[in-house]
Amino acid sequence: MSENKKATRDGFGDEIVELGKKDSRIYVIDADIGKSCKTGAFSKALPQQYVNVGIAEQNAAGVAAGLAACGKIPFVVTYAVFGSLRMCEMLRQEACYTNLSVKLACSHGGVTPANDGASHQCIEDMGVLRTLPNMTVIMPADYYATKKLVAAAAEKDGPCYLRFTRDKVPVIYDENTEFVIGKAHQLQDGKDVALIANGDTVAIALEAAKLLEEKGLSARVLDMHTIKPLDVDAVKACISDIGRIITLEDHNIINGLGSAVSEVVAQEGRGVVRRVGIQDQFGMSAPYERLLAMNGITKENVVALAEELVKKF
Amino acid sequence: MKDISVKELKNQCTELKKKVISMIYKAQSGHPGGSLSAADFVTALYFREMNIDPKNPHWEDRDRCILSKGHVCPIQYAALATLGYFPEDVLDTLRKEGSILQGHPDMKKCPGIDISTGSLGQGMACGVGMALAGKRDGKDYRVFVVLGDGECQEGEIWEAAQTANKYQLDNVVAFVDNNNLQIDGTCDEVMPNIDLGKKFAAFGWEVYEIDGHDMEQIVATLDKIREAKNGKPKCIFAHTVKGKGVSFMENQCGWHGVAPNEEEYKQAMAELDAQILK
Repeated sequence: MSENKKATRDGFGDEIVELGKKDSRIYVIDADIGKSCKTGAFSKALPQQYVNVGIAEQNAAGVAAGLAACGKIPFVVTYAVFGSLRMCEMLRQEACYTNLSVKLACSHGGVTPANDGASHQCIEDMGVLRTLPNMTVIMPADYYATKKLVAAAAEKDGPCYLRFTRDKVPVIYDENTEFVIGKAHQLQDGKDVALIANGDTVAIALEAAKLLEEKGLSARVLDMHTIKPLDVDAVKACISDIGRIITLEDHNIINGLGSAVSEVVAQEGRGVVRRVGIQDQFGMSAPYERLLAMNGITKENVVALAEELVKKF
Repeated sequence: MKDISVKELKNQCTELKKKVISMIYKAQSGHPGGSLSAADFVTALYFREMNIDPKNPHWEDRDRCILSKGHVCPIQYAALATLGYFPEDVLDTLRKEGSILQGHPDMKKCPGIDISTGSLGQGMACGVGMALAGKRDGKDYRVFVVLGDGECQEGEIWEAAQTANKYQLDNVVAFVDNNNLQIDGTCDEVMPNIDLGKKFAAFGWEVYEIDGHDMEQIVATLDKIREAKNGKPKCIFAHTVKGKGVSFMENQCGWHGVAPNEEEYKQAMAELDAQILK
């Protein structure tokens, strides 16, 4: 992990221009917040593939569905909270039920819009959208993962949700790292505990693994960038190889990555899971790191949980 | 556009209405009221106005028809079957398990359905997206969207209307089926649609106010609209009667989503038969 930090929304903004130049079917549908969602370069370079519907997210979903029904690959761009919740039923009816290639690409995932407060932080989106049939749900961990997964989402048929951070997060990968939708990316192997994370919490998992190593414990670290379809085989391997799992997410612990992993563990009938994430509570205006700390999303808490698991199970 | 007389259109409309009544009776489920109020316009679209090919339902250059008020799909199913998109006996499977004719239109199952609808307020935005794709691709197809007046209480309709204005989508034609009835009563009681036609005009649309059961007016209006390539989206604000053509269903909000019993079915079919012009 380098010292370098970049917001994943910038990865989207950079990649979508490249994709759009290569493929005229790629469209961007903005809902007035293109500036902060990083679509400015796309709108300037590719005005024929750019639409801005104003502050009207529900309509954005429908317009995207209409474009997709005519062979386009539209990326609807807004904040996670509006994309997942304001647009939810429109996505269900016109993108998921129809299985059209509508992509929802959202900045401001989790508590990364920290100083904006609870109205703009989004802790429910991945859970809500993963319950929609046909929907793929992705949160890349860093700038380079974002570029690769945005490109993969454009190629994949059907609706897809991509969630990005507003704030800068550590760069973990390099431009040559490959990602496959639905396949966990293993960052390191270990035998005492499995840390399964996505998005901005992958960096925290890596830091926790380092601390654990100093304490003589080794951790497998998985970047589970896709929570739907979940890489069930990777979770099963964690159960059979290690048995102790800690999930990390910048999302409500209800119905996100932790829940998805727990579903597999429950079905297997063995293994134990601790879920680190937002504790089913709204946030507030505060520094990003403080918001994580208020919810126990820290490397120290992960280490404590790992030690507890090793002692108990 | 196809060459067909107004009289032939009127009779085709009555035949489609009979198919609507028959399929809802056989399914013992469905929405006769709105299907009948939109019947004249849907007939004019499918049998005269639209540039379509039943043998090639995914033809890229075809005109599109979106039933944003998706619950009135029996009238669209009747039109599609009559045109040969699928065999007519499929109409008897409406709302049955495994049928291509879902309770609300499903583009994945039924040939000729351009977008799945059913949840009100959403079809217009999809139509705007299709029309925008047509403009950007330099194609000259048009998109017809059938809206309910009750449905216009949904905010997304107006979000889509302003987008059509911004992008000068004169290839969108919205038909407002202004029958003044919705499930809980008249629109005036439930939520008054103040000056609905003027609202569309205020959103930058060119509005044509007509009697939605007068085939001469419908045809004449569509003729005018076809020539009006002036950057303005078009709205046909049509005064209609819910349940039109079946005496006991007319203007009764109770007939929104109820199937006729055997006696009512026979009476409805007899009344419609009597409307066939010799």
